[in-house]
Amino acid sequence: MRPVAVIGAGKTPFGAFPDRDLRSLAVEAGQKCLRNANATPAQIQSFYLGNFSGPAFVGQNHLAPYVSTALGIEDVPATRIEAACASSGSAFYHAWTEVAAGIQDVVMVVGVEKMTSQTTARTSEILAEAGDCSGEMKAGNTFASLFAMIARRHMYEFGTKKEHLASVAVKNHANGALNPDAHMRKAITLEQAMNGKPIADPLNIYDCSLISDGAAAVILAPLERAREFTDKPVRVLGIAQASDRVALDEKPDITTFAAVRRAGEKAYGMAGLGPDDIQFAELHDCFTIAEIIASEDLGFCRRGQGGPYVFEGCTLRTGPRPVNTTGGLKAKGHPVGATGVSQICDLMKQIRGEAGELQIPRHEVGLAENLGGSGGTCVVTILGAA
Amino acid sequence: MRSGAVYTETVIYSAPETFAKEAPYQSAIVTLDGGGRVTGRILGDRVSIDDRVVEVEQRNGVPYFTKA
Repeated sequence: MRPVAVIGAGKTPFGAFPDRDLRSLAVEAGQKCLRNANATPAQIQSFYLGNFSGPAFVGQNHLAPYVSTALGIEDVPATRIEAACASSGSAFYHAWTEVAAGIQDVVMVVGVEKMTSQTTARTSEILAEAGDCSGEMKAGNTFASLFAMIARRHMYEFGTKKEHLASVAVKNHANGALNPDAHMRKAITLEQAMNGKPIADPLNIYDCSLISDGAAAVILAPLERAREFTDKPVRVLGIAQASDRVALDEKPDITTFAAVRRAGEKAYGMAGLGPDDIQFAELHDCFTIAEIIASEDLGFCRRGQGGPYVFEGCTLRTGPRPVNTTGGLKAKGHPVGATGVSQICDLMKQIRGEAGELQIPRHEVGLAENLGGSGGTCVVTILGAA
Repeated sequence: MRSGAVYTETVIYSAPETFAKEAPYQSAIVTLDGGGRVTGRILGDRVSIDDRVVEVEQRNGVPYFTKA
């Protein structure tokens, strides 16, 4: 296995873009990424697309060659990966395997989702297809209600409070307010965050990530070739994908994500690093409770202590280990198929020192955690300066 | 009919399209006395974690429980 670098990154802003279609978003991100990597379409040897549900959201299937050829990338394998909200994290993982194994040198990964052309009720239904549709979802659950049940149990077992959940939203909104590409650039108070419109008890609207349109792209290459393309390559120090039962009622314990723990342990092992070495992270805050549990599962704090950990300011942009400096899924936005690659782009910006107002002082080693569904898939990636 | 204890629960206000007319409604994961867990709906009084519940009916394969 050879060392792999990320040599370029590009993103669209995230938001609601009624005049844009799925392909134009993906192409914009891809072209920005090619320019950022100083690469041409002819240099791309394999193409991966992360997308959750183009067919249901916009009625388009066969998306990988649909996007790759529009980017001028011809005659290469073009493969779509679906793993719920971890679709493009998983696409990135598979692209990495191809480069690490020496099968291809230069591989592009695009993540895209176009969600806002549907109503919220219909969007909930499409997203629910990432759960167990023969059980939990047939009973009328949504992803918000699954995570509400996770939050309820976490509160019961560990004393986690609504203030703790709300502090995740306050922190991520404060960061998103400074991110020019964020879907929602609005700071909120703890009082606002605790009193939003109820969605599924104990979660309110401020506990939930946004329904967004957007795309993100990166290009991978062997580390030894990275400087042919860029002066600022970023190295993949560790990466792993893990899986678990899809249905919540089949997991022995819903206050922890087994796939996050396993992917984290493997990624740490590959990197030869531990939680204390991670200077900053992008964690998958699809709901506020998910960031709290991820911070426990990845060893940033003790089990059950994720609530106080964020409430006390440990993960503020100015804190000892900033989490979701871009606003996270909560404020940056969550076009589900784009999120995994978007997190990689966000780590790259920090590591390269290009994060503008959001730049943090210790930015050499960052971790991204991309969760699918209620924990059926997880991809953990650790990046560092090359 | 099956019985058990509430493992976790939520009241859903923002429902998917198919169930929008029924909102708000309570969903729960129940640890069955016979072993295993199942996700169902709660009829009548709201329940909390550890409350005892009994299954009163099934609709479309979904178990409906009520407080014991």
